[in-house]
Amino acid sequence: MGFLKKATKQREFMIFAIVLGVMIIMSFASPYFFTTSNLLALLLGLSVEVIMAVGMTSLMVGGGFDMSVGSIVGFTGASTALLITHGFPIVLAVLVGIIIGGIIGLFNGFIISKVGINPFVTTLASLSLFRGLTLIITQGQNVTNLGKIFSVIGQKTILGIQMPIWYALILVIVGDILLRKSRFFRQNYYIGGNEKAAKLSGISVNKVKILNYTIVGLLAGVAGIVMTSRLGSASVTAGTGMELRVITAVIIGGASLQGGEGSVIGAFLGSLLMAIITNALTLLGVDVYWQTFVIGATLLIAVVIDRAGKIRKERNTNKGGENVCNTQVTNG
Amino acid sequence: MSSYVLEARQIVKTFPGVYALSCVDLKVKSGEVHALVGENGAGKSTLMLTLGGVYKADSGTILIDGEEVSFDSANDANKKGISVVYQELSLVPNLNVAENIFANRQPLKAFGLIDWKKLYDDTKEMLSLFEIDYIDPFTLVKDLSIANQQVVEILKAMSFEPKVLILDEPTSSLTEPEVQQLFCNIKKLKSKGIAFIYISHHLNEIFEIADRVTVLRDGKYVCEADVKDIDEDFLVTKMVGRKIENIYGKRDENSKIGEVLFEAIDISAKGLFEHVSFNVRKGEIVGFSGLVGAGRTEVGRSIFGAEPIESGCLILDGKKISVNNTRSAMKQGIGYLSEDRKSQGLYLNFGIRENLISNRLEDFCDGKFVNERKVDENANESVYKYGIITPSVSQIVGNLSGGNQQKVLLGTWIGINPKLLIVDEPTKGVDVGAKSDIYKLLRELAATGVGIIMISSDLPEILGVTDRIIVMKNGSIAGELDRREANEEKVIALAAGVGTNQKGA
Repeated sequence: MGFLKKATKQREFMIFAIVLGVMIIMSFASPYFFTTSNLLALLLGLSVEVIMAVGMTSLMVGGGFDMSVGSIVGFTGASTALLITHGFPIVLAVLVGIIIGGIIGLFNGFIISKVGINPFVTTLASLSLFRGLTLIITQGQNVTNLGKIFSVIGQKTILGIQMPIWYALILVIVGDILLRKSRFFRQNYYIGGNEKAAKLSGISVNKVKILNYTIVGLLAGVAGIVMTSRLGSASVTAGTGMELRVITAVIIGGASLQGGEGSVIGAFLGSLLMAIITNALTLLGVDVYWQTFVIGATLLIAVVIDRAGKIRKERNTNKGGENVCNTQVTNG
Repeated sequence: MSSYVLEARQIVKTFPGVYALSCVDLKVKSGEVHALVGENGAGKSTLMLTLGGVYKADSGTILIDGEEVSFDSANDANKKGISVVYQELSLVPNLNVAENIFANRQPLKAFGLIDWKKLYDDTKEMLSLFEIDYIDPFTLVKDLSIANQQVVEILKAMSFEPKVLILDEPTSSLTEPEVQQLFCNIKKLKSKGIAFIYISHHLNEIFEIADRVTVLRDGKYVCEADVKDIDEDFLVTKMVGRKIENIYGKRDENSKIGEVLFEAIDISAKGLFEHVSFNVRKGEIVGFSGLVGAGRTEVGRSIFGAEPIESGCLILDGKKISVNNTRSAMKQGIGYLSEDRKSQGLYLNFGIRENLISNRLEDFCDGKFVNERKVDENANESVYKYGIITPSVSQIVGNLSGGNQQKVLLGTWIGINPKLLIVDEPTKGVDVGAKSDIYKLLRELAATGVGIIMISSDLPEILGVTDRIIVMKNGSIAGELDRREANEEKVIALAAGVGTNQKGA
């Protein structure tokens, strides 16, 4: 019983329940919803986002933030595609693409933690920088004719399930285990929860932060290549606006901008919830223009419910002793 | 071979332009509670942070068990046997008790994964070792009371198996029963041979828990003594021990203090202060003294409407007033100079002229638009009147010295023509010359019939400038002293609660 009680208090459980609820309602509302093809299409649609959400969760738990992932997707996809059309071996082109993503992440992380520029500002600049570079290297033209072999990465199926879904699922499982259970990634909870305390506990805060941005960059690189392969071409606008969907999913999944909370499973469920709602609206024949609106509403409702729960809890546990802290001035 | 577990010799630590510690000695025997006392700014915190590995001393040596050591970081100090429990707790609220105690040292199994079972077993073992049955290893730290959070912090420090545990103002947010609980825990650990460095303002606690005491003053070592050989007066004299210099200006003995201008009757705000009553007369400067956190600032802020008052009433000029917010307080003639001019007082990136009108923009408007000529006139007049040293009235306030910034802030508030002006730490971080100017300005303002409440931790300033001193302790008024009878010992005695029965916070 204790376990069940605890589980129901988790944000992940709440989202899972909502996802389940929407699925049950939809299975009655539309005969197409519970078909394999619809569900697979749904998962395929969110797989690229989820790949990035895994890294973004770790980053946001550590108090970081990255607006540039959408542009990294565009840039790495275009770079890889151009390398291929210029005759590079596919394996090399793919590796270079992923490494470029990692270097961009390293660049963001370095500026943020060593130079000390705000994460939002830094990655906002990167968003424009790398979208711009994508336009420069492609001259605004989509890159096509990438060949059959390259398309395997994004189009092959195993057990009837497309590769991008496999990548996403594996990354979610591995990412969740690492963030939940490995001491190394667990450091993010300390950094995001109380950076000063983390430093006093001997955590190399800057190192972990830089690594977080690098991982986000690497995963965005992977996402860019998967997407390019799946679509068979690198579009200059690929990934535009994706950063917002990824960050939204992570926040719905329980993370906050202050850091210290969130989980990979939560982020996956957040992404799934958005996709299911979008899918449901389509199947129910609601005007597509409502989709973005509904995503915004979902995010707002999730955080308001969370906030309300926290306020209630604070009232129960705090007896007003905390005001003292605000007014104390350390001597010396 | 040294008989001391920790010995600090001739520690010097400077910050740009300031000697925070000059040649400080500290010797701690194993199994003793060694109190470290001194006024605000005496260097206690600096010494603690140096011993804890956060600061690096400029010179001097630290010995543990007679062997010289140096620390690269707080973590390194932990490993070498010195742990610190900071006044601001350094816990991670969203993680549970076990993960906080073994922060970044969780036991591992294969692949760097955390061995949760062992983590919780180790935590339970620690809890039972210290006979703590009221804390569960699975509880999130944010769900614990402040006192229990402190227990977790102490357990975290103890998990390094330190030889010396430094406690910085450990009772500052505890109630009396919680203080007793803490003392009980200290005695238990002491009997196991742990040495404590106990930093506190509360002298009565020192006589209750400490074996020996070292006194610091102005960053210098003053003396060391066995607690059983000394009394409170001795300690207070050693802590204060300095003369009042004549920067406070001459008191005009003919100055007339008028009738009662302002009265607070039995005002309370939950958790901040309780049953506070006092009055201020026209032309009077009333000093508010007490320890940091005693509730002085909160009383000031409440009168100014920045914090709500829950019960009691305020009377100004014989009429009952209500201040719902700062604007209504200003309208009724109350001004408040905040203790933190940089974050709560001034607009640092604006010019002097803009700052001076920031709280009464409407006075400088013709219709909807600001009249720049009026703003300049006001600025020029203020710069002259308050002796602000600046190349121009457009100078960005952030570029001024602390003293000149404070004068701009004072000018901003004198500008509203207050009947009652509350000044909170008016000379914090201000050099001596500007201090003297500020005291003169305050006196001149009082001479025009304005009532002034001066909240200050600077005792000589309180004694030198005010007409009457109200001492606060734990959110209540501990006593009131006329300036003729007041001296530093009496104020400290009231503020630290020596000789009075301590009430629960």
